[in-house]
This record gives sequence, C-alpha cells and structure tokens, in this order.
Amino acid sequence: MKVKDIKELQEYAKRVRQGIIESIYNAKSGHPGGSLSIADILTVLYFNQMNIDEKNPQAKGRDRLVLSKGHTAPALYSVLALRGFFDFDEIKTLRNINSRLQGHPDMKKIPGVDASTGSLGQGLSIANGMALASKMNSEGVRVYCICGDGEIEEGQIWEAAMTSAHYKLDNLCVIVDNNNLQIDGKVNEVMNVYPIDKKFESFGFATINVDGHNIEELIRAFDAAKKIKGKPTAIIANTIKGKGVSFMENIVGWHGKAPNQEEYLLAMKELGGAV
Amino acid sequence: MNMEERKATRQSYGEKLAELGSKNKEIVVLDADLSNATKTSIFAKKFPERFFNIGIAEQDMMGTAAGLATFGKIPYVSTFAMFAAGRAYDQIRNGICYPNLNVKICATHSGITVGEDGATHQMLEDISLMRGLPNMTVISTSDDTQTKWAVEEISKINSPVYLRLCRLDTPLIYEKNKTFEIGKAEQIGEGTDATVFATGIVVAEALLAKKELEKQGINIRVVDIHTIKPIDKDMIVKCAKETNKLISIEDHSIIGGLGSRIAEVLSEEFPKKLIRMGIKDEFGKSGKATELLKYYGLTAEDIIKQVKS
Repeated sequence: MKVKDIKELQEYAKRVRQGIIESIYNAKSGHPGGSLSIADILTVLYFNQMNIDEKNPQAKGRDRLVLSKGHTAPALYSVLALRGFFDFDEIKTLRNINSRLQGHPDMKKIPGVDASTGSLGQGLSIANGMALASKMNSEGVRVYCICGDGEIEEGQIWEAAMTSAHYKLDNLCVIVDNNNLQIDGKVNEVMNVYPIDKKFESFGFATINVDGHNIEELIRAFDAAKKIKGKPTAIIANTIKGKGVSFMENIVGWHGKAPNQEEYLLAMKELGGAV
Repeated sequence: MNMEERKATRQSYGEKLAELGSKNKEIVVLDADLSNATKTSIFAKKFPERFFNIGIAEQDMMGTAAGLATFGKIPYVSTFAMFAAGRAYDQIRNGICYPNLNVKICATHSGITVGEDGATHQMLEDISLMRGLPNMTVISTSDDTQTKWAVEEISKINSPVYLRLCRLDTPLIYEKNKTFEIGKAEQIGEGTDATVFATGIVVAEALLAKKELEKQGINIRVVDIHTIKPIDKDMIVKCAKETNKLISIEDHSIIGGLGSRIAEVLSEEFPKKLIRMGIKDEFGKSGKATELLKYYGLTAEDIIKQVKS
C-alpha cells in the first residue's frame, strides 16, 4: 500500500495527530509536542515510502524505523495503528498497566516497532547495526532513524554518525526533528546544536533541509536520499513543536503534558476528529 | 592443575572465537580499538568482512551490536571490562537486555589483575552491574578449557551474555575438551573442613590453597562458580550443609559480586556464616598483577589463613 495522493496523505497525517491527542488524553500523561511535530514525517514514511507489510510485521527484508526520540511513541503507535498493524482503538490504552503500548517503544511487545528506545541518543547506533546487517545479507533494507534536535546533544549520536559515514551506510537515512524546543527551553539557549546540517555534513553525511510539515517536500527528500550512494543522508526537518493544535504550537510546556478535557475537546475540534 | 603451562583467558577467547567463526557464519565481532589486547584481532585477520572496529566509542559499539542482532547476527562485542560494563551500562541495559537481544559481551581486563594501568582500568564492579540486569547471563571463567567451552556454549543461547575475562596468564586447570554446563558450578574435591567458592582468575589460588592444606591434614573443597547468573543454588546449599566453613573469593568488589550472590542464596535457603574475600570497597592501584593479588589479600596464602582462622 503506497499512497501517492498528497491530499490523502495530509488526511492521514491529520488522523495521526488525532490519535496522538486521543492516546495522551486517555493516558493522562505523555509527550504531545514532539509527537505532533513528527506526524507528517511518519505519515510519509509509513504510507508513501517504507516497504512494510502490516500483515507480516517481522517480514525479512522490510524497511526499518528507529524512533530514537522514543518519548514520542504516541506518534509511532498512531501511525502504526492507522497503517493496520493493530486496531486503532488500542491507542487509547497507551501507558495503561494492562496495555502493550508502553510509554516508550518496545519492539518485543508492539507489532511494527523495530527497536526499543527511550534513553536518548542511542537510536542511531542501533540503526547503524541494522544498516550494516542489511548490507552483509544483501537484503536491500532502508533504515530510517528519527532523532530530536535536543537529542543530538547526546555524545553517542556523534559516535554513531562517525560509524554511519565510516561504513558508507547509504541505506541509512537520519531525520532530525528540528522544532528548536527541549524541556528546559529553546535548543539554541539550553545547548546550542546549530548548525545541524553543517555538523552532519562534516561527519560525512549528505544533508537535505526540508519543511517537516510539507508532504511534497518530504517525499522529494526521501526519494532523493535513496539515490545518494556511498554515504548516509541526514534530513533536517524544520518543524513546529505541537504542530496542528494551535494552543500547543511552539509552547515548551506541551513537551510532556496531557491535555485536560477542555483542551482535548478543543484540540480534537481543530484536528477535525470525532470525540 | 598444570602450573607450568599458562594462558590468559583473553587469549583462549580470541583463539576459540576465530575457530567458531568458521562454524557459525552469523557470528560478527565488534571491538573498540583494543583488538590486539582483547585478542579479537585473530578473528579480524581470518574474517575481515565480519569484523567491525567501531573506534574508541563503546556506547556506539553496544548499540550497533544491538542493531546487528535484530537481523539474526550473533555479535561478540569486546573491550576492557571497565568500558563495557561501566561506560556502556545504559546501552547494555536499554539497548540489549530490555529487548533481550542476542549480544555476547566478552569483556577482557577485568579485576585488579589488570596490573600496572591502575584503578581507572581495574573493573571491580562489573559482576555487580551485569547480574542486576534482567535477561542477562553472567559467566566468569577460570582457565583455557573453560573459556573455550564458554565461548562456544554462549553462541547456543539466544539472549545477552556477559563473559568476564582476564589479562593475566593463568594455570591450566581442566583437561582439554572438558565440558561444563551453564548454571552448574564445578566442585573440585570432597573435603568437608571448608568450601572455597571461587570464580575467574582466583580459582587457581583456591586450588593451590587446597593442595597446601591437604599436606597439613585439612581437607577443603573448591567450587568453581563459572556462572554467576543464573547461580547454582543447589551447589551452594549442598556445600553449606556438608562443610564446616564457607569462604568466597573473587577478583572483584565484595559488594555485589560472587560473595554477595552466595550470601543472598544462603540467607534465603540455608543461613550460615560466609567469609567474603575480594576487594573491600576501595579502588585498585598500579603494580604487578601478582603483587596486587598479594596486596589485596587474594592469594592461596590468604585463603589458607582464612580456612585456619
């Protein structure tokens, strides 16, 4: 199933956002801001780009996605459910003691999750291992790794970036969700990571800057990355934390807070969702 | 025990790993710029396409191994114990043990017997850290035969393993090709005056003590606990019932290591006094390995003193 129609993809992205709000509201905890900022990226990957089969989540040769910023699991669960890996209603059980939808992604419990993540900075190393293994086995797998802009303050990311380039992992694509907010404030004020593209470039990556909410631009970037040979690609996706819910947009306070009932109803209304 | 022929367990590891590489094509090896010291260089020469030097980046190395394991590879990951269990603890915990991935962490240069490099390189807390992790198996071998057995045996279980190895040459204890069982300790001797539970490099010291005490008419048994997790509870309880005195010895802190584990078993199953020999809540220091064993009270002579006290 590959969706090519831009309007249809935008509609899916909207439903992914509804799922994020729905799940976090029901859980009464979770991370809406960074989940909403990667909704379009995940929609394009899971509905337009990745070679995956929801009926065979462990299929050999499938493309992989490592959500290195694991706290934005609600976005991943929402897109996986929408893609048919599990029932969409299950997202309401997020973080519940009887649910398999853990606060951070668990590859052993949830169909479609390729890597367990949560402790920041570790996903790119895992993605490197996958990309290396695919090359050894000639499986033709593409590996995607989504990192946060705050997350790349972790030193292990740069250890891993060296490894990606050293082993010429051209089947690897890193996406940096550049929303410029982390828990304690603006990324450039807490610990300046900029310029992100120049850093990855100097580590040996091909880099592409895109508007992380523009479906067409994202498709073009992912298509272009597939054609780059001999080096990994980093897509710096410029995004808005909380994108799609007006009162959450660019507000750092919505990093890790659930909406109350009133806020939930308002958010769902803005996203055109049924409650 | 052959005191003349000596070999370090890291050397046995390197030799066996290269041999195993021919048998099992899924084995891949990762190192962090220490392949000549950890002896993974032997595998690297034989199978360069299955060897990945990650550079001086242990955290990245553990994560890369985790990713390789998700594709059915069996990564053997080596560096010094300090940088494996210490520096990359979070990566081992969250990246390898939580998803129960099939990664074999084979850490060399454990304990004070690292010698001259001193405290920053003498890992004395790795058993403690690694045995606390769910899904992890912890093995600490005492000689060439046992190490070679372990290197192959751990490839047959589909879960993470921490294999603790040493730098210093040690005597050959067991017959070549002797096999063991993961989780089953090895009892040497039937003496009832005392049991000395030992693991890793100091098993040889315990055996020397046993021999010397025999001359003096004191009969002890040595229990080589090569698997610290899962621990052989039955063996510990049996020895507690059959022998008068219980002693544990390890080239590791007495906090959280073999002695602690035995004390846990005893307190729940058969309460009895245990004397724990090991590093007593302090850092190591530079010196020759043999001098350090003496300095920290981990020699056959020290064991004899404890048995007789």
